[in-house]
Amino acid sequence: MCLGIPAKITELHSNKQGKVDYLGTKVQVDFSLVDEVKINDWVIVHAGFAIAKLNETEAQETMALLREYAQFVSTIDKSKKQNE
Amino acid sequence: MNELRNRQVISSLLEIIAHKTATLSNLPIRIMEVCGTHTMSIHRHGLRPLLEERGIEMLSGPGCPVCITPDAYHEAAIKLVSTNSNIILATFGDMTRVPTRVGSLQTAIPAAGSQVKIVYSPIESLNLAKAHPEQEVVFFGVGFETTIPSIALCVKKAKEERLSNYSLLSALWIIPPPLRAIVSSQDTKIDAFLYPGHVSAIIGEAPYQFLADEFNIPGAITGFEPADILLAISSLLDLIKKGRAEVINEYRRVVAPQGNPQALQIMAEMLVEKDAFWRGLGYIPQSGLKLKDNYQEYDAEIKFSLEISPEETHLPGCRCGEVLRGKISPSSCPLFGQACTPASPQGPCMVSFEGACLAFYKYDYQN
Ligand code: SF4
Repeated sequence: MCLGIPAKITELHSNKQGKVDYLGTKVQVDFSLVDEVKINDWVIVHAGFAIAKLNETEAQETMALLREYAQFVSTIDKSKKQNE
Repeated sequence: MNELRNRQVISSLLEIIAHKTATLSNLPIRIMEVCGTHTMSIHRHGLRPLLEERGIEMLSGPGCPVCITPDAYHEAAIKLVSTNSNIILATFGDMTRVPTRVGSLQTAIPAAGSQVKIVYSPIESLNLAKAHPEQEVVFFGVGFETTIPSIALCVKKAKEERLSNYSLLSALWIIPPPLRAIVSSQDTKIDAFLYPGHVSAIIGEAPYQFLADEFNIPGAITGFEPADILLAISSLLDLIKKGRAEVINEYRRVVAPQGNPQALQIMAEMLVEKDAFWRGLGYIPQSGLKLKDNYQEYDAEIKFSLEISPEETHLPGCRCGEVLRGKISPSSCPLFGQACTPASPQGPCMVSFEGACLAFYKYDYQN
């Protein structure tokens, strides 16, 4: 029920209605609950409403953190193997 | 964002988690995932057994709105559509399949000119009211903070457009109060919480602070990809190790610290809190929402003089209530996989896509 999908805005009309692209499908969305959105922005869509904007900088930071972790673990692995 | 499901990333995170739990006494660490969408994701990606091997037990919480809505609401909806003519009862699909003592909305026989209609968005219910001025459209709206602003907005639009044939049968629940109820009952030991990502997108970080301050339990807001969940668990283990209770936000790409101001504004403008009855948890103070007095003509409970007096009812043997408190795991219910399956559910926890029983059945249950 609280499922929200990230989707990219493709159309915006003056009445806060518009469309997003979700995996190639165009979906009708109401944008009344988010402000200052523009075409090509990513939003989280839940039950026909955009409920949040996706923050690109934060998304990049999470990805960077994950890459760091993966790196870190592979160095542990290597040193383990060398010790064996 | 493929990293969020990348195998290498997932196994690194699991390894980090194993390192961290190895330094902790007091295993297993018990973490409640409040939200049903987290439950689904944890099962779908097979994380549960992997975490268990590493000393972490995941408990499902009350975060499935279909599951916690008491039968009395469904029974009122069934009665409404089967005894009144010219009613369109619109609701989300899962809501039509919840079994009660008087059947489900799916098995109900509507009165002449009435029908039950499944909608995906509350907007569709509003459009139905515009398209069928000769019929009464009642939206049986269920949801947590994620969905509530959208539902409220539809009522606001109905009023602005002077639609007099639209009303809301509200089953609206807010998440922080049941968490207080669960930890206060001391029914189950909970070391940390995973907070629901999309509820938090609306309410922000502050409403969970009491769990850290008053109950000394740390928690992390997080997203729904496997890496999101593992990242949050890893950070929670650091807090547990240091003995620090804090609310952390690992879903900053979606959740702003203060939540969504427009959505909160709509909720504050249109709704007031009320004491509400949750399946499995009973009455919880200020845990439900209803329309304010100036929107009374849109409140289906008032418009159709519905009498909803919820109590703890369930079909014989169903232990959904205990599942929702994290007290038992679905497989401990004797009906699980026997009398109760997705094809013939005996309780809402087997109906809803976010129900813990359905998640267990779909992804973990071998015949
Ligand atoms: S398995 Fe079925 S009967 Fe048992 S608690 Fe879950 S929903 Fe209820």
